[in-house]
Amino acid sequence: MLTVAQRVKERGVHAALLACALVSILTTLGIVWVLLTESLAFFQQVSPWDFYLGTRWAPLLEPRSYGVLPLVCGTFLVAGSALLVAIPVGLATAVFLSEYATPRMRGAAKPVLEVLAGVPTVVYGYFALMFITPHVLRPLLPGTGVFNAASAAIVVGVMIIPTIASLSDDALRAVPRSLREGAYALSTTKFEVSARVTVPAALSGIVAAILLALARAIGETMAVALAAGMTPNLTANPLASIQTMTSYIVQVSLGDTPAGTIEYQTIFAVGLTLFLITLATNLVAQRVMRRFREVYE
Amino acid sequence: MVKLMTPEVRPTTANSAGTFTVSVAPKEGSDAAHQVVASPVIEARDVTICYGGTLAVRSVSLRIPERQVTAIIGPSGCGKSTLLRAINRMNDFIPSMSITGSLLFNGTDVYGAKTDPVELRSRIGMVFQKPNPFPKSIFRNVAWGAKINGYRGHIEELVEKSLRQAALWGEVKDKLHDSAYALSGGQQQRLCIARAIALSPEVLLMDEPCSALDPIATAKIEDLIDQLKSRFTVVLVTHNMQQAARVSDRTAFMYMGELIEYDATDLIFTKPKQQRTQDYITGRFG
Ligand SMILES: Nc1ncnc2c1ncn2[C@@H]1O[C@H](COP(=O)(O)OP(=O)(O)OP(=O)(O)O)[C@@H](O)[C@H]1O
Ligand SMILES: [Mg+2]
Repeated sequence: MLTVAQRVKERGVHAALLACALVSILTTLGIVWVLLTESLAFFQQVSPWDFYLGTRWAPLLEPRSYGVLPLVCGTFLVAGSALLVAIPVGLATAVFLSEYATPRMRGAAKPVLEVLAGVPTVVYGYFALMFITPHVLRPLLPGTGVFNAASAAIVVGVMIIPTIASLSDDALRAVPRSLREGAYALSTTKFEVSARVTVPAALSGIVAAILLALARAIGETMAVALAAGMTPNLTANPLASIQTMTSYIVQVSLGDTPAGTIEYQTIFAVGLTLFLITLATNLVAQRVMRRFREVYE
Repeated sequence: MVKLMTPEVRPTTANSAGTFTVSVAPKEGSDAAHQVVASPVIEARDVTICYGGTLAVRSVSLRIPERQVTAIIGPSGCGKSTLLRAINRMNDFIPSMSITGSLLFNGTDVYGAKTDPVELRSRIGMVFQKPNPFPKSIFRNVAWGAKINGYRGHIEELVEKSLRQAALWGEVKDKLHDSAYALSGGQQQRLCIARAIALSPEVLLMDEPCSALDPIATAKIEDLIDQLKSRFTVVLVTHNMQQAARVSDRTAFMYMGELIEYDATDLIFTKPKQQRTQDYITGRFG
């Protein structure tokens, strides 16, 4: 039996833990609430139709225009190109770690990945602006702007390599050893086994890893704001300066736009859109991940 | 503990000394089996295998004859799988493994510098304890290994022939493109045998291929092994002594990493020379 003192203590602990759990739940709800109310105010002045289908984004200049597509396009241009960098490198790293590396090499490589994941993103942005654009891209491709989507995509790609590599490595290692052995016993090389048996068997886990990395790339702010510029641009040209949803939010937040104006409200409408996109990506990733767990457990 | 003499499996007799023996039906070529193996397909000479500090196989020497079934029996952990997997170098994937002595396949050193383990495995196939088909269709399970090894002939014919040899064709011929996972355990195991023989190996290594199967599926695999030996040399690790007695021509008994006795199967089960063999087959320890 619990004494009175124990019971009181138990209650106290319970309450404290609940309070901590509530902090994050309430914060999320608060954010969603603010996004929704401010966006609602925005959509009373600009129709969602004009917002989501308009192709010119100029909320701060006359004539004003609130078509968000250039920002969405800029976001996906950077995030999509970042995946082009991160998927091959991340997947190759994962295959190397799970299929080729000795335990010692693994032990050495994992911390390197963690360091890569731990570099502040502003440093990546800086690196893109000061090194990749002037010393790599411009000498190779003379048409490249000072600010360009490509340099941002490259550093965001590097930034999300650890996510893809580490989660895909987990997925590959969850493939039963018996499956690999069955393949090796059929006179196949390590590469054949990796490419034809292990990677396909781990595919749903790998796809989930890629989606989580994509969500991160979409939400990435500092590196993109620094390297890609602030020019809303409905283009597929990676060498042009563009603006992403996140860097627009930074631009307005750091400016002196007064609260309550429509310029100010745009960032909530953009923020809500961004939130919905990353939420959807994460949900799909989780579903895919759950399917992959069911296969082997 | 393995009980050897279950009368419903095989008629048994108690001899005057009170020990049990298995009556082994005389086999064709059993005279030959009594003799020392003259030109072995596989020969181990003083093979010792360690995992880090653990000695798993200790100075084993044995010669495995062509186109016969050689069974390896012994209590759990005595090194049967380790020895078997050394033959097609499946142990290479365990970084701590080291092997000394020599293992010869058709006279060439399996661990020699000139031997390519991938090529070796096309000539020495393997079937595992748990059926491990690929998550692909039945057809592709059989075709995959052959294709990747550059098979140039008619692939449909090869798949059919291999499935027939594995006594599975009749059961799957109408659903070749269904997932292999939809098959029963025994069918999956025969599929794994089919995919191994599709490469036309010379030797088939089988590591307790029936231990995950029911008696009916086991009987089918045993019949199959009996047919396979007309084309392949079979090395069979088994915990089931009736099985060793039923299907093998020669039997090796291992105990704690050592090869205790290796002889014609009927001799091992009727007149073992070593006390430990006698104890094991009569179920005094296990
Ligand atoms: N990968 C490994 N790493 C370290 N030790 C191992 C490894 N595999 C096997 N061993 C050890 O080697 C010895 C022989 O194991 P092995 O698997 O060859 O036995 P077995 O006769 O096949 O047993 P069972 O009948 O249970 O399958 C055991 O002591 C085992 O613990
Ligand atoms: Mg074993």
